Amino acid sequence: MTSSPTIIGPSSPARTGAGGLWKSIKRHKAIYFLSSISLLYFIIFKYIPIWNAQIAFRDFQALDGVTGSPWVGLQNFRDFVNSYYFWELIRNTVFYSIGKMVFSIPAAIFLSVALYECRLFSLRKTVQTLAYLPHFLSWVIMYAILLALLSPSSGIVNDVIKLFGGEPVSFLTDTKAFPWIVLISDTWKEMGWSAIIFLAALMGIDPSLFEAATVEGASAWQRVLHITLPSIRPVIVMVVLLRLGTILDAGFNQIFMLYSLPVYSVADIIDTWIYRQGLLEFRFGLATAVGLFKGVFGLILIMVSNKLIRKYTDSGLY
Amino acid sequence: MKSAIRLTRTDRVFHLFIDASLILFLAILFIPIWSTIALSFRPNDFIGSALDGMLLAPWKWSTAAYKALLGHKAFITSTFNSFRIFFEGIAAALFFTVPLAYALSIKTLPGRKLLYVLVIIPYLFNVGLIPNYLLVSNLGLMNKLAAVFLPGAVSVYNTLIMKSFFEGIPEELKESARIDGASELTVLWKIILPLSKPILLTIGLYYGVHFWNDFFNAMLYINDSNLQPLPILLRNILLSSGMNEYVEENAFGEAPIAAIKAASVFLAAIPMLVAYPFIQKYFVKGTMLGSVKG
Repeated sequence: MTSSPTIIGPSSPARTGAGGLWKSIKRHKAIYFLSSISLLYFIIFKYIPIWNAQIAFRDFQALDGVTGSPWVGLQNFRDFVNSYYFWELIRNTVFYSIGKMVFSIPAAIFLSVALYECRLFSLRKTVQTLAYLPHFLSWVIMYAILLALLSPSSGIVNDVIKLFGGEPVSFLTDTKAFPWIVLISDTWKEMGWSAIIFLAALMGIDPSLFEAATVEGASAWQRVLHITLPSIRPVIVMVVLLRLGTILDAGFNQIFMLYSLPVYSVADIIDTWIYRQGLLEFRFGLATAVGLFKGVFGLILIMVSNKLIRKYTDSGLY
Repeated sequence: MKSAIRLTRTDRVFHLFIDASLILFLAILFIPIWSTIALSFRPNDFIGSALDGMLLAPWKWSTAAYKALLGHKAFITSTFNSFRIFFEGIAAALFFTVPLAYALSIKTLPGRKLLYVLVIIPYLFNVGLIPNYLLVSNLGLMNKLAAVFLPGAVSVYNTLIMKSFFEGIPEELKESARIDGASELTVLWKIILPLSKPILLTIGLYYGVHFWNDFFNAMLYINDSNLQPLPILLRNILLSSGMNEYVEENAFGEAPIAAIKAASVFLAAIPMLVAYPFIQKYFVKGTMLGSVKG
């Protein structure tokens, strides 16, 4: 664990004369050659898709290809905005993004403060070692774990419910339970991982602040409330703003693994809808339009959130 | 830790609360994983609730589910495919990421800023699924294992973590090599890369875990059942109610379906669990940096 976050951005190019510039280019020719291979990768795998996105404005026909399909202007976008699902998709997407934030950020802050304050070395070490593990489990594996926990016939959660005389709940196909399962399972998987950044910020707090407070007679609770939490406020603000910048990404893999027809109305998010419209119903133009809508909106959001981060915390995303 | 002053009563309560919270956290982390593992060892003749199952005595354990899976051809093939994706993916990812990260880390490199902008634009502006799907299909990558790892072979996030590691290598080391007449390529090969082994291992495993876990690309681009990686097989096993397609008839009788489902994911997670301690050691710093820098 190291001190407070460092900010590294592109520094200004070297100020050398024309001769020096040429010499520098020649000197680095091997570097240019190597990185041009990576750049070629970028052009093929990152920029051609941007070019392909023009089918959002076309009536895409597989046989005519990207440039051969007829233009239809904004028809695909109108179809999406006017569709019955538009508001449902926006609502679900924003609900899951905000909900995950509301659940996991306070949980992560709590965990990081607890780790920071814990004086039992072995306990702290154990938690720190294991807390990040679930982050590396794929949602396929998470789904299996959830089945083992939640299955109406053999899951332990329903066992406990039955023990107290309740009726077993089919959590993954119940429209009331499903959103909670999404939020709780995401918090379980990601809270340790999200705590890393807060923990890093906590390590940067000047210890003399605590000494002064202790001499003044502050209790441990007061120290947390008046020193620890205010000290990491900029990082909390930054994390919240970063998450708001990706509000349209509600976690495709998770929803895709967990949802099923009975819960579509509360589970379907923009990304799962794009998948079904595009690759199951072959409405490529429409699906691309929705993807582009999301991409442009996401770009705006991330620029705004980055501006706010720069304003409030004097560090930036790019 | 913070001072040698004796603890007051409220402070003792405070620390009790902190320690209890962390122990509760460990329990919450542990119970779901344990119940899945316990389920995977459940014998077919098991009677009782799942709670009893969690306390399953070792002499009642059955490894039938594991035997059924390990003896099955689809499982072996998928595991092999997943390992190929894992290693080929790491090789491709490092091949593209290292030069890019190194070029971005040379402060005096002419054109560095342009390179940075070219790298960051696709990161900030994501056009979504279909344009990428069209690309992979137009490149003729359908039903090739490369389709699983090539679209994600360079992560901007990992590139920036590696770049900041390179930036941390003292300039004097490179300078002294240059004075001895080394070219920039020699500097990269003989000075930078040997010093970067930890970050190469970490970022490599980072990519590897990602490729190992991926089911979406495989689902989109691989239809040939002989090329299916593990996550796809797992997903099929998890979503199927009967196991006949995946486990041979005789084996099927010996273990409950739920046990086979649990055992299959546990087996699939093993390589990830082996890699975890290595990544865990380094990623904390990297993630912190990445979170700040994107």
